[in-house]
Amino acid sequence: MKKVLKKYINIYQDLSDDFAKNGNQKVFEYRNEALKKFKQNGIPDKNDENYKYTGIEKIFENDYEYFPDAKQSFVDINEYFKCEIGDMDTHVVLLSNGSYYEKNKPIEDLPEGVIICGLNEAMNKYPEIFDKYYNQHASEINDGFVSLNTMLANDGLFIFIPENTKLNKTIQLINLTHGFGNKSLFKRNLFIIEENSELSLIVCDHTLNNSNNFVVDVTESHIGKKSVFKYYALQNEPKKSSVINNHFITLEEYSKVNSLILSLHGGIIRNNIYAKLSGEYSHVKLYGLGLADNNQIFDNYTFIDHKVPNCKSNELYKNILDDSALTAFAGRIIVRPDAQKTEAFQTNNNISLTSGAKVRTKPQLEIYADDVKCSHGATIGQLDKDALFYLRSRGINAKEARLMLMFAFANDILLEIDVEPLRNRMSDLINSRLRGELPGCSHCLQGCHK
Amino acid sequence: MLVIKNLHAEINGKKILKGINLEIKAGEIHAIMGPNGSGKSTLSAVLAGKEDFTVTEGEIYYMGKDISDLNVEERANEGIFLSFQYPVEIPGVSMINFMKTAVNSQRKYKDLPPMSSAEFLKYMREMQDLVGLKSDLASRSVNVGFSGGEKKRNEIFQMAMLKPKLAILDETDSGLDIDALRIVANGVNKLKTPENSVIVITHYQRLLDFIVPDIVHVLYDGRIVKTAGKELALELEAKGYNWIKEEIDN
Ligand SMILES: Nc1ncnc2c1ncn2[C@@H]1O[C@H](COP(=O)(O)OP(=O)(O)OP(=O)(O)O)[C@@H](O)[C@H]1O
Ligand SMILES: [Mg+2]
Repeated sequence: MKKVLKKYINIYQDLSDDFAKNGNQKVFEYRNEALKKFKQNGIPDKNDENYKYTGIEKIFENDYEYFPDAKQSFVDINEYFKCEIGDMDTHVVLLSNGSYYEKNKPIEDLPEGVIICGLNEAMNKYPEIFDKYYNQHASEINDGFVSLNTMLANDGLFIFIPENTKLNKTIQLINLTHGFGNKSLFKRNLFIIEENSELSLIVCDHTLNNSNNFVVDVTESHIGKKSVFKYYALQNEPKKSSVINNHFITLEEYSKVNSLILSLHGGIIRNNIYAKLSGEYSHVKLYGLGLADNNQIFDNYTFIDHKVPNCKSNELYKNILDDSALTAFAGRIIVRPDAQKTEAFQTNNNISLTSGAKVRTKPQLEIYADDVKCSHGATIGQLDKDALFYLRSRGINAKEARLMLMFAFANDILLEIDVEPLRNRMSDLINSRLRGELPGCSHCLQGCHK
Repeated sequence: MLVIKNLHAEINGKKILKGINLEIKAGEIHAIMGPNGSGKSTLSAVLAGKEDFTVTEGEIYYMGKDISDLNVEERANEGIFLSFQYPVEIPGVSMINFMKTAVNSQRKYKDLPPMSSAEFLKYMREMQDLVGLKSDLASRSVNVGFSGGEKKRNEIFQMAMLKPKLAILDETDSGLDIDALRIVANGVNKLKTPENSVIVITHYQRLLDFIVPDIVHVLYDGRIVKTAGKELALELEAKGYNWIKEEIDN
């Protein structure tokens, strides 16, 4: 780990002149602060309580190149790439190896004041908005990966929705990783929704090469008073990829956030969600569904901070495990002394199809207010034998019956998706994943899902 | 249709069926009665092929073939149907999806093409009417939140959908109110043809007023200890099981 630490410090030092000269000074200051933190805290490893099960050591058995500017792309991705989500009538935005794709088709008919552009463009073009929100929430957390991202990330997606505005379509962000060589990518997104507005966003990660990739993403979302943010992420990665995904969500009064992460396939996936309920009557719902087999590791960490009274949080995380997969869920909830009338509910349910699979689950409730309703529960089990017998006794073969039960288990979470074509599509994807027929990226010639 | 010879079965080393002999001809209705814990549901489960039970001795012939090598779904596809004493709740699986998968599995087994959605829906509606099952139940998860009576009706609905050759009704009457009992029994009678057979497991004579058996058996401690015509059910209703137990124990 020392070696890795040093490597990234060197990379940063090589780039730091460039960062200083070109662009937003605030961002440069944050980079230097992050460097300090990074040096102090280092990269988390298995001795770090928080990253015990992630398998970080495994990630760094490989070496990764860093691409500071991957904007230039070989072909017109718009032309030949189609996301698995399919035709959904969304506004599509591509990030190519972490950079805003320069040939993104301009989005037409956006309501007045809406900005959708690359993060790099935003930090220079709209500093008055950007500076107010960038790295405000993320800097509150001490985490080596977040520091690393703050040091090195230079692009990503920026969305600004002004007050009283609702887009007519869902935005679909497609993160494409492609080209030769093992890459480390640091993407950074910033989503700002002002008062009384609404944004719904689908994020799809796609890898088109068969290299080892190491991705550290940080997304900050600021949800203004009475606004609604729906965030659906689809993680369908080759088994050689390692993804550390961080989402910082700040909720103001009466705002509502739904986050749903569907982890269909991957090597190592770690999702950190930090939700800060900082305005009264705000409500956050976090959902996660993982379908892990082989020796995949899906690790979810959530941190919900109930800072003020009358807020609600709901968490439902489910996993189906096969082979020697490992899934972990750690859900930390803090109810601050002022946060009376808090409701915080957390559930983690797992189905393990083999005895070789491992499930780790840990609730962490810290409650400092007395008038609250909180609960947490976790289950680990097999498919219900009586239900299997019942289905089979009607002529349904054992394999099909098992699929029906697995699908039923997963389906709970899909009910939370209110974009109907997306729900149907996700349900198809889960179905084919459970049947072992997931096409992967249709353009992946390497068969990287195998 | 069904010939059971000296059937012994156990679970976790506990012997439950201790030498059952039974013969059912096509078109017959047999009632099996017997005290709690005597092995009636176990016999049903063993016939349906439940793997938890081990058959240690004896044979089961169905349609002239030994079925010991057939698994649960194969037996179902061959036309054996079990109406569960305790129907299982399956959250997240809708009745309609369940039945569609089951019907089409059985059609596939018979080399028939799957039913189209429209055909299927029409068929399903007809069968719902036959057993008086409320149509909104179709969209609900299998048995979840169904009342006791609704669960039993749902079993007969599934029987109507699948048209088995041999139906085993394990206490389908328990939990039904008088009207529901009549409707369910009517459903069973309507589905009855000269080719198919029914085993009715019950504790009460009442059901047998509606579904009239050709033969009544008493199962006691894992054996069939008495077999007679339908008048036996009346006698049991009046006298209970003690006189039989005494006969056996002496
Ligand atoms: N899974 C099991 N493990 C152990 N014993 C079992 C199991 N299933 C059934 N038994 C036992 O086998 C015996 C017969 O049970 P069964 O359910 O077949 O009785 P039954 O005749 O259907 O009774 P009832 O009239 O109450 O429905 C009982 O003593 C029961 O406890
Ligand atoms: Mg019974």
